[in-house]
Amino acid sequence: MTAAVAFERVTCAFAARGGEGRSYTALKDVTLTIGEGEFVSIVGPTGCGKTTLLNIAAGLLRPSSGAVRILGETLSGINRRAGYMFQSEALMPWRSCLANVTAGLEFRGTPPEEAKRRGEDWLARVGLSGFGDRYPHQLSGGMRKRTALAQILILDPQILLMDEPFSALDIQTRQLMENELLELWSADRKSVAFITHDLEEAIALSDRVVVLSAGPEAHAIGEFTIDLPRPRDVAEIRLTPRFIELHEGIWHSMKEEVLKGYAQTRNRVSA
Amino acid sequence: MKNRLRLAQVLLLVAIFSAWQLATQPGLLPPIVWENPDRAAFFFGEPVKIFKAVWVWFSEGAIYSHLWVTLEETVLAFVIGSALGLAIGLWLGLSPMASALFDPYITAMNAMPRVVLAPIFMVWFGLGIWSKVALGVTLVFFIVFFNVYQGVKEVSPVVLNNTVMLGANRRQLLRYVYLPSATSWVFSSLHTSVGMAFVGAVVGEYLGSAKGVGYLIQQAEGAFDINTVFAGILVLTAFALVLDFAVGHAERRLLVWRPTQGETEQL
Repeated sequence: MTAAVAFERVTCAFAARGGEGRSYTALKDVTLTIGEGEFVSIVGPTGCGKTTLLNIAAGLLRPSSGAVRILGETLSGINRRAGYMFQSEALMPWRSCLANVTAGLEFRGTPPEEAKRRGEDWLARVGLSGFGDRYPHQLSGGMRKRTALAQILILDPQILLMDEPFSALDIQTRQLMENELLELWSADRKSVAFITHDLEEAIALSDRVVVLSAGPEAHAIGEFTIDLPRPRDVAEIRLTPRFIELHEGIWHSMKEEVLKGYAQTRNRVSA
Repeated sequence: MKNRLRLAQVLLLVAIFSAWQLATQPGLLPPIVWENPDRAAFFFGEPVKIFKAVWVWFSEGAIYSHLWVTLEETVLAFVIGSALGLAIGLWLGLSPMASALFDPYITAMNAMPRVVLAPIFMVWFGLGIWSKVALGVTLVFFIVFFNVYQGVKEVSPVVLNNTVMLGANRRQLLRYVYLPSATSWVFSSLHTSVGMAFVGAVVGEYLGSAKGVGYLIQQAEGAFDINTVFAGILVLTAFALVLDFAVGHAERRLLVWRPTQGETEQL
């Protein structure tokens, strides 16, 4: 089986501003695969380069060395098979909710009537029917996230890249969105790379959890298969003994890295 | 509350014109500053005569063709200046090479007092409307240009990346992201740029023309007819207010997507 996304010894260094020759190595020799139809969460302490990793998979950023293979092909340029859900607001503020959802279809030259029909269908699927003519600033944070999700899923990408998509939401809305995401995902099982700093969210959603070490020179330090039964309810599954067991195991391996990352940040501030 | 405020504003206006009339009407008050009782009226005009001049203009219809010419010049200057500012602002905003090359020239041209170009435009374009339009364009262009340039630079990188990921090519990025973002900046400078187009038109007329409200003022000044000069100023002010109101209306229609503070729906 070819992996949907395969990072092969990906290293990513940024030229430091000001200092000549001094660069910051965010990722070092990251090797990681996401199988077809697999839901993989990538967790790691803050500032460990999780977003960098996703930007590389999206083709927005080129790795300094190493390669990314998408369904067997080496990626060059923008990854056309992936939908990317950003952490911060990414909707076009001058387009209505519906026009935002249909933007991707418009770029591909879909006839307007068909785009509109499909857009309204997707708005209904994410629970936003009747809100199509609103502008992003007239929607709540959760509704904007739903719009962003519909905007991506309408293009039916084979791979979903999600960068802490729900981190800005309150806990109730977040669990609601997580359940909806799982429901939408189980319909056609796309390959998902889900980035989060929240271990509980990672375990509740995924088939596999990958832990990154603290930056700089972050790399994968552990992989854990999550054998919880599906379909899951993210709120309920947190209370099962197996969940707690998994959580403890992963947390144990992460703890050291979290503390390391924290110490580094503190040193950087005090230095 | 609002009605009372309006009433107070009108009363203040009446009070100002009454005081003006009192101070300038010959023989009404004993002369304090000047020996000659007609002197104050000569320098400052008399509101009653000013309003009469305005009334004669509008009732006899002599003003309309002049107003029309001024409006035409203002609109043309605004449209041409905005289009140029938008196009060149987008170009320089998107091309770091071009912007680095032209940067000192843009700064120098913006720093230059552009009213001095009026005589040159008169030589180039004659005494008709186009020399005034050209002057207005030089004033409008820089306002729009700087706003668009800034607008292009400040497009949210996340929105840009998102649009790229949704499959937009370079042309579509320009049309769907840069252009709407830049136009919103053009609209936010609409009041200033329409005002500048108007200034260009009137100053151009004043410096040499055969038609327009600026021309009327210049003619009256030549004849030391201070009342007609003030009448012209009054008409111009009212005209500018109408223009500003129209712009405000257009702005509200075109920028519905902009968040406004404390926006609630009335049920």
